[in-house]
Amino acid sequence: MSTALLSVENVSKRFRGLLAVNDVSFALARGEIVGLIGPNGAGKTTLFNVVAGVLAPDSGDVRWEGRSIAGLAPHAVCRAGIARTFQLVRPFMALSVEDNVLIGALAAERSLAAARARAEGVLRRLELWEKRRVPAASLTLPDRKCLELARALATGARLLLLDETMAGLRPTEIDRMVAILRELNRADGVTILLIEHVMRAVMALASRIVVLHHGEKIAEGAPAAVVRHPEVLKSYLGEEAS
Amino acid sequence: MPAALVANVLVSGLLAGLVYGLMALGLSVIFGVVRVVNFAHGEMTVLAMYAAFVLFKAFGLDPLVSLLPVAALLFVAGYVLQARLINPFVTRPEHEQFILLAGVALIIVNALLMIFGPDAQHVDLPYAYDSLALGPLLIDKVRLYAALAAVAVALALFVFFRRSRIGTAIRASADNLVGAAVVGLDFKRLFALTFGIGAACAGVAGTLMILLDDATPALAPDFTLLSFTIVIVGGLGSMAGALLGGVLIGVSEALAGLLIAPSMKSMVSFALLVLVLVVRPQGLMGGKR
Amino acid sequence: MIRALRAALLPRVQWLAALLLVFLLLAPWLVDRYTLSILILVLYFAYLGQAWNVMMGFAGLLSIGHALYVGLGAYVSAGLFVHFGVPALLGLVPGMLAASLAGAAIGWLGLRFRIGGVYFALLTIAFAEFARIGFDHIDWLGASGGLFLPVTGGGGFDLWRLSGGIALYYYVSLALAAGAFVLCAALLRSRLGYYWLAIREDEAAAQALGIDVFRCRMAAVVVSAAMTAAGGTFIAFYNNNLFPESTFAIGRSIDIILGPIVGGLGTLVGPVLGAFVLTPLGEVLLGVTQAAGLDLPGLELVMHGLLLVIIIRALPGGVWPALRRRLGFLPGAGGGAR
Repeated sequence: MSTALLSVENVSKRFRGLLAVNDVSFALARGEIVGLIGPNGAGKTTLFNVVAGVLAPDSGDVRWEGRSIAGLAPHAVCRAGIARTFQLVRPFMALSVEDNVLIGALAAERSLAAARARAEGVLRRLELWEKRRVPAASLTLPDRKCLELARALATGARLLLLDETMAGLRPTEIDRMVAILRELNRADGVTILLIEHVMRAVMALASRIVVLHHGEKIAEGAPAAVVRHPEVLKSYLGEEAS
Repeated sequence: MPAALVANVLVSGLLAGLVYGLMALGLSVIFGVVRVVNFAHGEMTVLAMYAAFVLFKAFGLDPLVSLLPVAALLFVAGYVLQARLINPFVTRPEHEQFILLAGVALIIVNALLMIFGPDAQHVDLPYAYDSLALGPLLIDKVRLYAALAAVAVALALFVFFRRSRIGTAIRASADNLVGAAVVGLDFKRLFALTFGIGAACAGVAGTLMILLDDATPALAPDFTLLSFTIVIVGGLGSMAGALLGGVLIGVSEALAGLLIAPSMKSMVSFALLVLVLVVRPQGLMGGKR
Repeated sequence: MIRALRAALLPRVQWLAALLLVFLLLAPWLVDRYTLSILILVLYFAYLGQAWNVMMGFAGLLSIGHALYVGLGAYVSAGLFVHFGVPALLGLVPGMLAASLAGAAIGWLGLRFRIGGVYFALLTIAFAEFARIGFDHIDWLGASGGLFLPVTGGGGFDLWRLSGGIALYYYVSLALAAGAFVLCAALLRSRLGYYWLAIREDEAAAQALGIDVFRCRMAAVVVSAAMTAAGGTFIAFYNNNLFPESTFAIGRSIDIILGPIVGGLGTLVGPVLGAFVLTPLGEVLLGVTQAAGLDLPGLELVMHGLLLVIIIRALPGGVWPALRRRLGFLPGAGGGAR
């Protein structure tokens, strides 16, 4: 097997009797965009939390760039090159847009000046530069999502874990976000693993999709094939549909 | 070290510990139910000490008799304090609660200082130096009576919380605030009632305390710290835990006073506090937090 | 930074600030000895308040036992001076070190074992009380009888040994207060400062951005403890005597936190404002009651208690946040830091 960038190997996570993630394995190659889908409660965010270091897996391993990162603290995972966004965005409300991204950039740069320059680059890229002095609390939801992405990007991450970035956005905003992500992937080679319910976005972005249901991986493959997979249809629509 | 001496010290500590336990019980009720950091608990206890002292000086009332009026006084004070001042703070961050009550504590203790001065005030009872001989043990009657009264009050409280309707309502609110609201319980009144009960406990404990020790304002912060230590060691929300914690602290302080040095005895309590916070934060009898 | 500060203030307020600064610089020539001693106390508490604020505002830990660090700084430097003749400014360092170690231990206990809120506050009280009782028994440091510092230099101006006339102590206290302000402002604009702000805003998000929350918080605790210890050295050499009962007492810890709470928690100006409001107020009250022929020990503290209750009910964030809006600070200034 070619050296995968990120490799989730037989990861299981239990919460006091509930097996939230059950023996899930998949891998990401450099430069891929992979979608992680499944009904609510399927274990997607739990899996993200395991990869991001918020939770330690009960069994299995997570390998990043060849080494095991399972059980590393979240900040160490970020320093290793993986950044994540949150399902419900968490901007630093009292701080300006610029300061928000600056804090992300500090993970990648030694000096404050260099971090500022990096932050500027990211802000301009995501068209947030005009709003740089605005306190994050004053931003609209689409802009907050953009900010969340900008902040994660500023850390210099080579892998982005995006948790339902499209939720709550209108179609035009979704298209814009998709375009941004595609550009990041194409131009910078940023690898992306995204949890999404908005199929429009998943189909537009992902070259591969992994499907979870009740904590287990039930399908994996090209988008067109996966969405017609009988198990996938059953999980979303119930027994009668298939 | 003669065994009889050690035994006497232990018993003395145990009896005092029961009174401390009652004081801590009041805090456990307040902290556990209303979830307010009553940093003025020791001050309330000392207030009760002075109230008992005044009743003794003015009417010659034995503190054991003043129990009722002082408890009533503290109950009302606690009820009003909670209903009028503290209620909006129940949902506010802990440090704000703490500051509010630290302010109240400062007011109480320094008002006492202004009125009574810093010198120790003593209650001279006819039976103050009588003791009961039980084998090798020589038990001070005042200590025994105080401890018995403390246990009696604690038992009464236990029955109240387990058997009465209001007591059950209070316990329900402590367990599940939202659920209790859904069922239609009136919080503000229940909280005020609970705070009043907690204050009354401090009131009884203070009245009993004057039998054991002279009243000075300086005792107040020590009592507050002691109450919190006992509650944490014994376990928040457990009434038996408060009494047990009180006894544990009372006994260990008495032993420490004997074996190390009297002035060092509170260091034992602090060491216990740190130990419990680090090793078993839910205390000896507390459930999972 | 001065430019940023000026840009954030209305011209009217700029004048006021400048006037205050000039007054403070020339105070020994402008006011009498008594007022000067009051000013020293104000500046001392402004300094300690600032130091305490670092731990509360940036480590998020409520400490009601900061007198521990004052005492450690005071006793270590004073002890070294009394027994070995170590001059104050040199003895300052081991004092700060001792306090840093104590702070690190307490901070570690609190952070590592997730002891927060009121439980942590109780922990800090317990440690301060522990010190109070413990130091009562350390004969080498005077025990309960007290440690007395011999006055040297014949009253001449000796900064190195922190001995001299009242003007010396005044300028040292001014330097401390101003220095603390500048230090905190500088810290806030540093990498660590930004990390502190992030942690305060949203800990989980901060972690996801590579911030080692534990380390940053510990840094705040150690800075706070070390700064406080320096204040301890000052007060030891200013008063020339130390007693465990009064040095480590919980009342001292509460004195320290009054300023920042009344002035404004987590802000730079808060502790300074609080100290300037509280101390003179207390003195005025004392003066009024004494003039009326009343000797009421404890009145000042009752007033402190009342003030705490009033402020926490009406302005829980402190006076400064409410005041700065009225003074016309521009919304973009400081991004929440000031």
